[in-house]
Amino acid sequence: MATEKEVVLMKGNEAIAHAAIRCGADGYFGYPITPQSEVLETLAEQKPWETTGMVVLQAESEVASINMVYGGAGAGKRVLTSSSSPGVSLMQEGISYIAGAELPCLVVNVMRGGPGLGTIQPSQADYFQSVKGGGHGDYRLIVLAPASVQEMADFVDLSFELAFKYRNPAMILSDGVIGQMMEKVVLPPFKPRRTEEEIREECPWATTGRHGKRQPNIITSLELDPAEMEKRNIKLQEKYRLIEENEVRYEEINCEDAEYLIVAFGSCARIAQKAMDDARAQGIKVGLLRPITLWPFPSKQIAERAKQVKGILSVEINAGQMVEDIRLAVEGRVPVQHFGRLGGIVPDPDEVVNALKGLIG
Amino acid sequence: MKEEIIIAGFGGQGVLSMGKILAYSGLMEDKEVTWMPAYGPEQRGGTANVTVIVSDERISSPILSQYDVAIILNQPSLEKFENKVKPGGIIIYDSYGIATPPMRKDIHVFRIDAMDAAAEMGNGKAFNMIVLGGLLKLRPMVSIDSVVKALRKTLPERHHHLIPMNEEAIRKGMEIIKEIHQA
Repeated sequence: MATEKEVVLMKGNEAIAHAAIRCGADGYFGYPITPQSEVLETLAEQKPWETTGMVVLQAESEVASINMVYGGAGAGKRVLTSSSSPGVSLMQEGISYIAGAELPCLVVNVMRGGPGLGTIQPSQADYFQSVKGGGHGDYRLIVLAPASVQEMADFVDLSFELAFKYRNPAMILSDGVIGQMMEKVVLPPFKPRRTEEEIREECPWATTGRHGKRQPNIITSLELDPAEMEKRNIKLQEKYRLIEENEVRYEEINCEDAEYLIVAFGSCARIAQKAMDDARAQGIKVGLLRPITLWPFPSKQIAERAKQVKGILSVEINAGQMVEDIRLAVEGRVPVQHFGRLGGIVPDPDEVVNALKGLIG
Repeated sequence: MKEEIIIAGFGGQGVLSMGKILAYSGLMEDKEVTWMPAYGPEQRGGTANVTVIVSDERISSPILSQYDVAIILNQPSLEKFENKVKPGGIIIYDSYGIATPPMRKDIHVFRIDAMDAAAEMGNGKAFNMIVLGGLLKLRPMVSIDSVVKALRKTLPERHHHLIPMNEEAIRKGMEIIKEIHQA
């Protein structure tokens, strides 16, 4: 394993695994699926159960994985699972229960093309599923979209921090490009797993044992009294407004003098950045806004940029999903168009430049 | 310095590992690198390709529309990538896998008989390092020293005795690459 501060070359999926061990995760439960299998493979290679004591378990299915995560999270543990699109669909019931029971956990989705079993090639077509709920009921995930192997590593600890801060599941929404690509990365420093005492202290809600003193902690998403259930929902909504207030993250490049704006996340933001450079070389004043949190979405900043630019292009590897959130933010002030490729085909920078020229007219 | 390279051929030819060693060599020189495989249900005999970028500056897109250099090791890959080489760019092909050589006149075309040379060396596995040698002759983006360091880092210790052979293969590739067409 690499020492601290050492620059190493690895795949995004491998970075997730190393970062999970290093940030003191207590457990990983998963089931292999392309293009994210290296997460489980790397954990199996690293054998963290021999070093940090982290549990790594290949479950019998994605449904089992997410319910093991539910159990671990209920006990206040830092637990995660990872999968790819079809597997994450199978987890939706469990994710909804975890959100309903207000438990922290991390779900990593390395997206592939759908619908259905689809293809194993990269896609961003699970945007709606990730940011609008995904399972049943009024709930939200905190969704982070890494655009590099470095961010794959960095967002693991950040996800856990946010998940525990708000007692809410977090998701890293990546894709086959970032998962399979190798890049330079500096892995986060080792952080010890929390002791039972620390968990009791930090998570008074967790099922850590009463020790004969307090009332039992009950973790459930079930509440048959609708008046009580409405109260719970209102409390959830208040929490979501707080997250929207405090946790929006985005990156802007070349936006100061921009006459046009590209909005893109994850791998697409990298492709769009090259397209932006190429377009600027041709004299088109274009900037890039990259949402880092997909929920909460940087609606305010996009609305602010809409006052300045003549048009916005949303570039996604899907048929047009984030573009809806951009249009909601922009409220018709400027034209907003979408460009994307589907089913596992990744757009190249030239295609994005052409789409931008289409927007300019 | 920024080199945008596609390496394409059959699965089993060492396409992905050649790219990996090039990327690691860049890392040894503190350069920015990306290694983006066209992953898929590929297997020995299927097609495989990898995009490698080695640069002095931060790399934006790991996915490219056009390449500075295309290393082409079979006919289907030539058909796929010949038109994606930048004008003035380079195609390197191995004569063994290519029946119909590149037709474009606005690019530099080089041939490397790496399959034959590997057979002469009595080691078919030297093939991809010979090709890498050819590339480094034309575009010395990393030093042989860095490649050796990269091999030391990426190969398991039990294979370290093969490093001198790999170094020899790189030098062989530098010798035997020949120009077929100048842009």
